[in-house]
Amino acid sequence: MNHIKKECVAMLLAGGQGSRLYALTQDMAKPAVPYGGKYRIIDFPLSNCVNSGIDTVGVLTQYQPMVLNEYIGNGQPWGLDRAHGGVHVLPPYETASGKSWYSGTANAIYQNIGFIDRYNPEYVVILSGDHIYKMDYSKMVDFHKTHNADATIAVLEVPWEEAPRFGIMTADADGNITEFAEKPKEPKSNLASMGIYVFSWNKLRKYLIDNENDAEATKDFGKNIIPAMLDNKEKMVAYHFDGYWKDVGTIDSLWEANMDVLDPNVPLDLLDNSWKIYSRNPVMPPHYAGPESKIENSMIAEGCEINGSIDFSILFAGVTVEEGAVIHDSIIMPGTVVKKGAVIEYAIVGEDCVVGEGAHIGERPELVEDKTQWGVAVIGHHVNVSDKAVAPPKAMISKDI
Amino acid sequence: MASMANVLGLIFANMHEQCLPELTKARALASVPFGSKYRLIDFPLSGMVNSGITQVGIITKQNYYSLMNHLGMGSEWDLARKTGGLHILPPYGRESAAKMYRGRLEALAGVAEFISESKAEYVVMSDSNVIANMDLRPIVDFHEKNEADITCVYGTATLSEERTAMQTILYVDANNTVYDVLARPSISGEVNVALNVYVMKRKFLEGIIRDSECRSLYSFETDILQHKLHDFKILGYKYDKYFEIIDSMKTYYKATMDMMNRDISREVFSLDTPIYTRVRDVAPAKYGIDCNVKGSVIADGCIIDGIVENSVLFRGVKVKKGAVVKNAIVMQDCVIDEKASFTDAIADKDVTLSKGRSITGSPDFPVYISKGAVV
Repeated sequence: MNHIKKECVAMLLAGGQGSRLYALTQDMAKPAVPYGGKYRIIDFPLSNCVNSGIDTVGVLTQYQPMVLNEYIGNGQPWGLDRAHGGVHVLPPYETASGKSWYSGTANAIYQNIGFIDRYNPEYVVILSGDHIYKMDYSKMVDFHKTHNADATIAVLEVPWEEAPRFGIMTADADGNITEFAEKPKEPKSNLASMGIYVFSWNKLRKYLIDNENDAEATKDFGKNIIPAMLDNKEKMVAYHFDGYWKDVGTIDSLWEANMDVLDPNVPLDLLDNSWKIYSRNPVMPPHYAGPESKIENSMIAEGCEINGSIDFSILFAGVTVEEGAVIHDSIIMPGTVVKKGAVIEYAIVGEDCVVGEGAHIGERPELVEDKTQWGVAVIGHHVNVSDKAVAPPKAMISKDI
Repeated sequence: MASMANVLGLIFANMHEQCLPELTKARALASVPFGSKYRLIDFPLSGMVNSGITQVGIITKQNYYSLMNHLGMGSEWDLARKTGGLHILPPYGRESAAKMYRGRLEALAGVAEFISESKAEYVVMSDSNVIANMDLRPIVDFHEKNEADITCVYGTATLSEERTAMQTILYVDANNTVYDVLARPSISGEVNVALNVYVMKRKFLEGIIRDSECRSLYSFETDILQHKLHDFKILGYKYDKYFEIIDSMKTYYKATMDMMNRDISREVFSLDTPIYTRVRDVAPAKYGIDCNVKGSVIADGCIIDGIVENSVLFRGVKVKKGAVVKNAIVMQDCVIDEKASFTDAIADKDVTLSKGRSITGSPDFPVYISKGAVV
């Protein structure tokens, strides 16, 4: 039996490991990584869906799904606990013909054709859980409709020198995509794919099945589906986006994207009531800035108790900073305790860590002579750093030290 | 031991409003903002939920829009349930008494059907004027073990005449029997003050509701606790953890300032038995360049570029450059503009203190600025 028809269903690819975040994604998928003081990365595409009027979202999980599953729950924090539609976590499953992990982005959607078909949608929006941005997908769907497109791909102009890092689209004067190149050495355009697609479902459905039947294919949107549609001269258009968009796939970009929140010149307003980013709120009292605290240029979440000195940093919910501790240019994830006199500079400290008295994590770049030795230091989740221990710049710590 | 799933919680949302006329002008006492992001009802309601109660009725009288808005379906308290859960009970009159209730007993008569349909064995009644993180399980156990008719929860405190004149004072002997009840006496010193939390068997409560209706009685304190003192087994249960009764602007201010005492704060806002409240999806608080915040409780969504000392800031408050907020309570979405100063004072929601303006009260009589005012 089918459900009530939905014009548009979103499918959010959240199964990626995010291997370049190393210790931070050791026990959680990348979309579950904390961001911006109270969010997880997945809050952005989920909130964008809700704010765009899309109320049916499939979240495809695979790598370390526990944190993500628990976080999404019944979707209530995003208003996605719906009688019709709502958010559904879709892990890979076993069938009569055997076990099948999601072998690529296209395969993941292919394996959930049944889920999408039940809503009989006209359009499917494909999203990833890797980016920080605010975007009205309904405008993109409208664009797709007015252009009578089969596929619409959101693109962002990037500096030419960065273009080789992205999937690059070439479009004609009417915005029709004529060429697509994955990480080209000599890019013909600087329009980067944002990994956001709108497809007419009947078209995509056919290409997914064809791709699945092709033994050679890697079952990937960028490598198979988009090129195949281009080869067949399907109507594919580029949808230009010019707002804030940041990939948080590396330690440096995750650190920078967090620091962007503190920069008044960066156009990512988390306090904008007209486009709220929803998240699962911790049940904690407001934070307390103690009599000895000194806090500047920072973002502090609920449940924190601060008696140290904080500058240019982001503290997530329930972080304790004891007397004399110093945190500069760093990100401290939920529940971590920073003991007396500890110093944390240019670092990311994971969830529920303990940083012992007098420990020193990271270093200011100006104090490191050989700049190749400098980088953001990372402490993974649930790590104990013992008193007076040192984690140098660029350190990647996933076990107690 | 009584199963708490078998207990019905009832909260009176509008009792004691005369104590806080300014704050309850446009809202029920239960929805008076408190402690930087809470409303007074969050305390009794979270206490009930943390004690395992899964069905709660909120008895309203007037001005309950903001309360309904706050409670919604009750999901933040985990009370959006198929059976039981949260019920807001508007003050519907019945043919026989088609007028507003005069006291607790008439209010209860108005919701008699809700009470009987709950099928609960016990009823815990509470008001919304006490700040505490109260575990009701030992109280219900005490009631059951001692086979009491009514258990009154009280606390011991040293109160001024001014304060006892607004409270019910209990005299309790060594066997926990209540042997005298004074309603609003003018006495001072150490007293046993009723915290307005009562435990009864549902059947017993239904009996006194019916009986009182026939006799046109409406005051639970006078007509039951005082006049039936020798007919019923009325026991006192001493609550010995932190509590503060909000009975004036002064005590409202003091209870708020108590949050800066970290031992009290850790007890009242224990992470094991948290106080739940409505979620407002705002980003964490943002501290700017050259701001200076000491000894203060700050909610999400605040933007601070000025000086804040010994104060409680609710969600979305802006303290601009050069502004000073000291010993103050600043409610949701207020703006303290550049170089303005706000000391020993309380600002209700959406107040704007314009550039350079200064407001100073005293700790004994904090100045109150009403909702939406532009100073």
